[in-house]
Amino acid sequence: MRFIEEYRDQETAQALGRAIRGITTRGWTLMEVCGGQTHAIVRFGVDQLLPEAVTLVHGPGCPVCVTPIELIDAAVEIAAREDVVFCSFGDMLRVPGSTTDLLAVKARGGDVRIVYSPLDALKIAKTEPAKQVVFFAVGFETTAPANAMAVYRARREGIANFSVLVAHVLVPPAMEAILSSRDNRVQGFLAAGHVCAVMGYTEYEPLASRYRVPIVVTGFEPVDILHGVYLCIKQLEEGRAEVENQYVRAVRREGNASAQEMVREVFRVDRRMWRGIGEIPRSGLALRDEYAAFDALRRFDVGEAVTVEASECISGLVLRGVRKPNECPAFGGRCTPERPLGAPMVSSEGACAAYYRYRTHAAVSRA
Amino acid sequence: MHQLIERIFVATFGNPLLDARHDAAVADLGGTRVAMTTDSYVVQPLFFPGGDIGSLSVNGTVNDLAMAGARPLYLSAGFILEEGLPMETLWRVVRSIQRAAQEAGVQIITGDTKVVDKGKGDGLFINTAGIGLIESPRRIAPDQVRPGDAILLSGDLGRHGIAIMAVREGLEFESAIESDSASVAPLVLALLDAGIEIHCLRDLTRGGLASALNEIAESAGVTMAIDESLIPVRDDVRGACEILGFDPLYVANEGRFVAFVAPDDAERALGIMRSHDVGLGAHLIGSVGDLISDHAAAVTMRSAIGANRVLDMLSGEQLPRIC
Repeated sequence: MRFIEEYRDQETAQALGRAIRGITTRGWTLMEVCGGQTHAIVRFGVDQLLPEAVTLVHGPGCPVCVTPIELIDAAVEIAAREDVVFCSFGDMLRVPGSTTDLLAVKARGGDVRIVYSPLDALKIAKTEPAKQVVFFAVGFETTAPANAMAVYRARREGIANFSVLVAHVLVPPAMEAILSSRDNRVQGFLAAGHVCAVMGYTEYEPLASRYRVPIVVTGFEPVDILHGVYLCIKQLEEGRAEVENQYVRAVRREGNASAQEMVREVFRVDRRMWRGIGEIPRSGLALRDEYAAFDALRRFDVGEAVTVEASECISGLVLRGVRKPNECPAFGGRCTPERPLGAPMVSSEGACAAYYRYRTHAAVSRA
Repeated sequence: MHQLIERIFVATFGNPLLDARHDAAVADLGGTRVAMTTDSYVVQPLFFPGGDIGSLSVNGTVNDLAMAGARPLYLSAGFILEEGLPMETLWRVVRSIQRAAQEAGVQIITGDTKVVDKGKGDGLFINTAGIGLIESPRRIAPDQVRPGDAILLSGDLGRHGIAIMAVREGLEFESAIESDSASVAPLVLALLDAGIEIHCLRDLTRGGLASALNEIAESAGVTMAIDESLIPVRDDVRGACEILGFDPLYVANEGRFVAFVAPDDAERALGIMRSHDVGLGAHLIGSVGDLISDHAAAVTMRSAIGANRVLDMLSGEQLPRIC
């Protein structure tokens, strides 16, 4: 299949692996920011082609994982109401809140529906005017434009029974939080290609120079990732710290201007709690005042819930790349995808789920 | 689901026939070996590209019998109708059952109908049970799998699951992806008639190829190694999986199976499979390794880029991803 197969080509991948081995003279620790990249790495065994000296640690780029538990609890409470149709991307359904998850609400009769686009939720709002249709607006800069578009259209078309529960997060502030933390071990980043397709990569330029780290905008296929690693190591070995674009087939420096404009129209930058990490200033999106009527938290009186996190979960350390999932004492035993203690064990982008699914057993040999 | 079956049903009902954990149980009735199986069908939508709940309820049960190496003979059919189900819908389903039964060479010889109040069913549920006769002296079961066995896949993966998903979720592709729902019994009987040394068969329904291999590896106590680049997946299915964040190896099929055969018979078996419509895309995808040791992964896969990884069971359902 075009645009897929050539980026999963064995010979190209092996050749890139050899090239990386050829230029690596010492140990380097790189972080791939996005959970989609983490999954590709473990699914295809990309790290098996790397020299031992190169360590990939997994970043916070899993929207499901970092959505604060308060919002999961709010989602659960709203979704359980009789008059509500609660629409969400599939990933969110199994994320544990303090006491339960959305899938359990659905099993108990709550009208929870999986949608593929926020515009589908808007369509439901139009066809079922007697219901309150709530969309769980989760994600990084990637999903923000479409979610903004849904709210924009709801306001323009006067669809009053539509609202959004906003949990949007932004990548660059999270990268900065990692770089400025005392236990940081990341020396170079593979930035998330799809985020940059929307936002471009000018935001990363000050980060690269301030913290002296190479940042390579990277795609999601194995060959993309290996190429990203190669460019990043090359910079490190040559003592450079620049923003470089590996994902040229999708990303331009300035990004997608009309998508950015739509995001700015509907959202403003705000502080945001990150599950497992804590509050990061200017790291999230909130609805602008003109759109506040579509804020589900305002529309529904969600009580001040007492949130309870599983005390054993080390997801914060995993999300900041300080620990690997299999270094958690609960991993694979008390915490599995069927009984997750933390969100990274749930999502198809969570690092713990990736490790559990592709390497529960230590005996997978290096190729 | 796997855990639920193990912990509740197997733990409670456990007996030698059930403990074999095969798609169909095989009992010896006075010297005649008979296979029996049952399956319930709750698919939504009732009609989808490439099939419907009726043909599915025949093919699924017939295939389970075939996986024990049996010649399917008779089916029962139980219907649970939700009040208000249009008669025309019921007629369409019943006619489809009749057609599929004819094609599979089986007869519906007993049945049951119940009507439940509106809101207490999802339109129509069907349960079918089937019995078949085992004519070959060969025992076909997970515990027959041997180190060195060739693993043959009967065709491309993922069409049924994606076809259902596409209709249910209103996903539109250039052309509809049709379910692979079909009876594979004639193909299996042809393999047996040709004297192929089949050790085990498993259809790739819920949980797909990955779950089937893991279940068999677990019961047989062996490791398996397969090669991702040898597994056929159609471009449109692969594309849909990419969009949804699904792995085609875990997606359900309704007309696909894996066969574990003696390595010397692999080539001949592939030839026979490819001479049937339902086996046109058959492929050798890997082989059975050593007996399993404590810390080894049961099933490993050489990925497209030539690295090795674990191919694990699926927990819960695959859920579409965010981005």
